[in-house]
Amino acid sequence: MTSSSEAITEIGTKRAEIKEQYKKFIGRKIIFILSCITVIFIIAGISTTLGSYPITVSEVYSIIFHGLFQDVSNTTEGIIVWKLRLPRIVMGVLAGIGLAIAGTAMQGILRNPLASPTTIGIAAGAQLGAGLAFIIGVGFFGGKFLLIGNAFLFSLIPAGVIFALARFKKATPEMMILAGIAMGYIFAAVTSLLHYFSEAEALKDLVVWMMGDLGRVTWSDLSAVSLTIGVCIPLLIWKSWDLNVMGAGDETAKGLGVNVERDRIVVMIIASLLTAVIVCFTGLIGFIGLVAPHITRICIGGDNRFVIPASGLFGAAFLLGADTIARRIIAPVILPVGIITSCVGGPLFLYLIMRRKREYW
Amino acid sequence: MKLKIKEVEFGYTSVPILKGVCLELAQSEMLGIVGPNGAGKSTLIRCINRILAPQKGSILLDEREIKEMRRMELAKKLGYIPQTAGHAFPATVFDTVLMGRRPHIGWRSSEKDEEKVLDVLQILNIEDLAMHDINEISGGQQQKVFIARALAQEPDVLLLDEPTSNLDIRHQLDVMGAIKNLVRAKEISAIMAIHDLNLGSRYSDKMVMLNGGSIFAAGNPSSVLNPENLKQVYGVVAVVKNESGRPYIVPIRSMEPNGDENENNRRF
Repeated sequence: MTSSSEAITEIGTKRAEIKEQYKKFIGRKIIFILSCITVIFIIAGISTTLGSYPITVSEVYSIIFHGLFQDVSNTTEGIIVWKLRLPRIVMGVLAGIGLAIAGTAMQGILRNPLASPTTIGIAAGAQLGAGLAFIIGVGFFGGKFLLIGNAFLFSLIPAGVIFALARFKKATPEMMILAGIAMGYIFAAVTSLLHYFSEAEALKDLVVWMMGDLGRVTWSDLSAVSLTIGVCIPLLIWKSWDLNVMGAGDETAKGLGVNVERDRIVVMIIASLLTAVIVCFTGLIGFIGLVAPHITRICIGGDNRFVIPASGLFGAAFLLGADTIARRIIAPVILPVGIITSCVGGPLFLYLIMRRKREYW
Repeated sequence: MKLKIKEVEFGYTSVPILKGVCLELAQSEMLGIVGPNGAGKSTLIRCINRILAPQKGSILLDEREIKEMRRMELAKKLGYIPQTAGHAFPATVFDTVLMGRRPHIGWRSSEKDEEKVLDVLQILNIEDLAMHDINEISGGQQQKVFIARALAQEPDVLLLDEPTSNLDIRHQLDVMGAIKNLVRAKEISAIMAIHDLNLGSRYSDKMVMLNGGSIFAAGNPSSVLNPENLKQVYGVVAVVKNESGRPYIVPIRSMEPNGDENENNRRF
């Protein structure tokens, strides 16, 4: 009698213990997300003070706060903060969120840690589109939209081809990645051809564009980007259970009721669209789409319900931080942010891989 | 829950794998599917779970065509435990088992789902692994986690594809015993493709022997696993002993395809 009631108590404590640990684990994920948000706000504040016109951090926050409710363009500070400095910062946040989440989603559906917008040819497509605009000035749109429109449309080509492969040839994730890499080579070859025959000036424009820069954006660009993000990200978060289940393999996922083929294509298109919209305004900001998801998983595990929002916020904090460095490091010269993301991100990532405790991928 | 399979045919492009397979499964029954490599065991299991779509025939769950059911609906009735293990990204055992609740929940998992996960962890005696990463535990433990995930689905039928491959004898008995107890306790049924004839014999209520995509023999283990069937289907001369009411197979030697005993093997 005593022993059986003891056994029951023991089972009870064990359950309570597991629950406690599980809650703690979720708590850790939420803390990670909150820390990222805090870091974004701090860096955004500091970053806005940088520049030739002196403004303090507290002034920045107050101008931003007031600008939300009233017109602040009657003061010099207001114009500088809202018209000149904030678009860059907001773009940094949005691009970081979008690229990181696109990477997370692609790695999830393709079940491959190497998947990212660069791996599956989106970057090379954008490059070719931009190259055509810069060097021979041809494209689907004229004038102001020549470059953006070209980059956007060309970066969607890989997604289209992969969609067709999946639809008509029942492509496996491995086939999709290989197809993406193959398209990357084709685009790169055509781009090289353009380089070979281009004028020095146009070539430099293209190369600089390729490095990725947040300095070109305006508020109207931002509305396009934030609209896309606002639509795409909730869809991806809604699909996060299915992404989790797909990590266990296609057969298991089907056994759990997930329509694997359809979901893979839907997520692929959403992630490509997200990347294309960002890349066409900023140029190629490498590394975030590949690395932000991994760093996030190292910190909080692989549950996509948390990894999707957390990797986005981490990507935003990271890109904003990199941009701040890019503006300061040899001021007044502003470096393209893509150089900094790779220079800082590469060693950071290597360090995390080497000291990671868990066996993973 | 009753499962009925009628005249199922399946083939990849031109190679036929299953040819007119018919069988029935009652509640609380454990069915072992045996047969040589390439006989169609896994294919049959995958057709039942609609991972593959048969070109002909019908599969009925309580008189309802499975191909007319929504995948999510089917996932509430059939729990599939695949052969291959592993997870592409880090996942705790708890979260892995929670995935089994996927057919029953929307985006958020509730307290009730967490309780169900704790229940199945307890049934399979793997509570201590709850917060371990799925990729860091042994093959036998992983297999139990996958069974737990399928149980969290609360299915009426468990489908197992080689549940004991890669397991040592201790874990083979543990896993098979766990499945048998679950089938009895929860009044569900189980269909397993199994290579190990003796394990199959010991744990199945009924057996089906497939050969070249069709059913060669069906019935209780003693009627299916007899020396004549083993000779014809596997091409193996074997002695079948009786071990506490169940056939126990001791393979002696293989034979040439034409039916002659293999000269090379005779020498040993």
